[in-house]
Amino acid sequence: MKKPRTMKLSLPLEEYMNPGHLACQGCGATLAMRYVLKALGQRTVLCIPACCWSVIDGPFPYSSLDVPVFHCAFETAAASASGVKAGLEMAGDKETTVVAWAGDGGTFDIGLQALSGAAERNDNIIYVCYDNEAYMNTGIQRSSATPYGAWTTTTPVKHFKDQPKKDIVAIMAAHRIPYIATASVAYPEDLFKKMKKAKDIKGTRFFHIFAPCPSGWKSRPEDTIKLARLAVQTCYFPLYEIEWGEKYILNIKPREKKPIVDYLRLQGRFNHLTEKEINLIQEEIDRNWHRLLRLCLQPEEKPTA
Amino acid sequence: MKEKRRKAQKIIFNSEKEMPIAPMSLGSMTFNLTGAWRNIRPVIDLDNCLQCGICWKFCPDTAILIENEYPVIDYDYCKGCGLCAEECPAKCITMEEEIR
Ligand SMILES: Cc1ncc(C[n+]2csc(CCOP(=O)(O)OP(=O)(O)O)c2C)c(N)n1
Ligand code: SF4
Ligand code: SF4
Ligand code: SF4
Ligand SMILES: [Mg+2]
Repeated sequence: MKKPRTMKLSLPLEEYMNPGHLACQGCGATLAMRYVLKALGQRTVLCIPACCWSVIDGPFPYSSLDVPVFHCAFETAAASASGVKAGLEMAGDKETTVVAWAGDGGTFDIGLQALSGAAERNDNIIYVCYDNEAYMNTGIQRSSATPYGAWTTTTPVKHFKDQPKKDIVAIMAAHRIPYIATASVAYPEDLFKKMKKAKDIKGTRFFHIFAPCPSGWKSRPEDTIKLARLAVQTCYFPLYEIEWGEKYILNIKPREKKPIVDYLRLQGRFNHLTEKEINLIQEEIDRNWHRLLRLCLQPEEKPTA
Repeated sequence: MKEKRRKAQKIIFNSEKEMPIAPMSLGSMTFNLTGAWRNIRPVIDLDNCLQCGICWKFCPDTAILIENEYPVIDYDYCKGCGLCAEECPAKCITMEEEIR
């Protein structure tokens, strides 16, 4: 063995997520939690509604996390977090960060009104949606976060999903909350930095974290990071921030935009797609990407009317 | 770190009276040795290791520890997902068949 040099880690060594948890091999949602807790630290409370994470954490009386977890009903992540925050403040604790941690089903679909309510009140919470693009915990049913073309058990190959993914970030931006960020498990340093930044902001903060799911996407467990990286490099899932619903900041601009087929071909859920559908997907990505680039232009760069 | 993990044990209630009034967690999941799920095993060739920590960073099971400035796999928990081997820039982690 060579003489040991000191290792330079890009993230802090402290872990708040322990092994022994129940996630499948190569679970992206698990990595999302690991990085978020590294950024938020010990003084954090999580409110987790029904989703994969309520299983991953472990059954009563155990937990895999070193921070308190409040298991709440499927539609109540945001309302529970608002309540926990209010309770802590009444008890004189103004420091603890309260996080609502929900899946895409719990955010895009059933939890949307509770989330909208909290955002409209600008409650002082961080809402994290880890997006695995379907209801995974109950066996891969489609959600409004499932992308066009994908197979799920409720959108079988013959009737694959025919609607595009809901633009949850635009919905949240319309609430004019102080901070919104998209993030990816393939870019943990970027996620860490933005979560640290969000921790010091007051009001409702929303994170949309891309979290590949080998079991639901029919992908190889070792491809989880590759897929998350490709989602950014193809501009399917761009990384950006929005301040007060207005100021858009692009975090990563791919040097060359990769074709979406590179990403689709690694996942069994897209196996049935023909060239025609793949072209439709590519066109939609191109449209969304150009819209985002326009939004990211600073006011002085914007063309005048 | 390893010490802390070893102390974990299963919690058994002998009667309802021993249960807490509110359902709150009393212990860690580290008693659950998920290494048993593994059918391929990552093996690090430390001679070629760049000490970059990428394998540590991407392990979903926090099953890679840093000891003496090198990554060490904790086979008690490694589920054998292969992410570390896939992401290692030096390609010095190989996935070998698990023999039990
Ligand atoms: C009111 C209610 N409806 C349905 C369910 C069943 N249920 C539990 S988890 C879940 C899916 C969660 O999907 P998502 O939020 O995307 O999280 P994931 O499992 O994908 O991580 C469903 C439908 C429930 N627990 N409560
Ligand atoms: S089903 Fe998907 S999100 Fe859920 S634990 Fe397994 S890999 Fe993770
Ligand atoms: S194979 Fe997976 S679980 Fe095992 S050490 Fe590598 S990344 Fe961690
Ligand atoms: S990723 Fe590879 S080179 Fe980097 S520390 Fe791990 S084993 Fe060594
Ligand atoms: Mg989901």
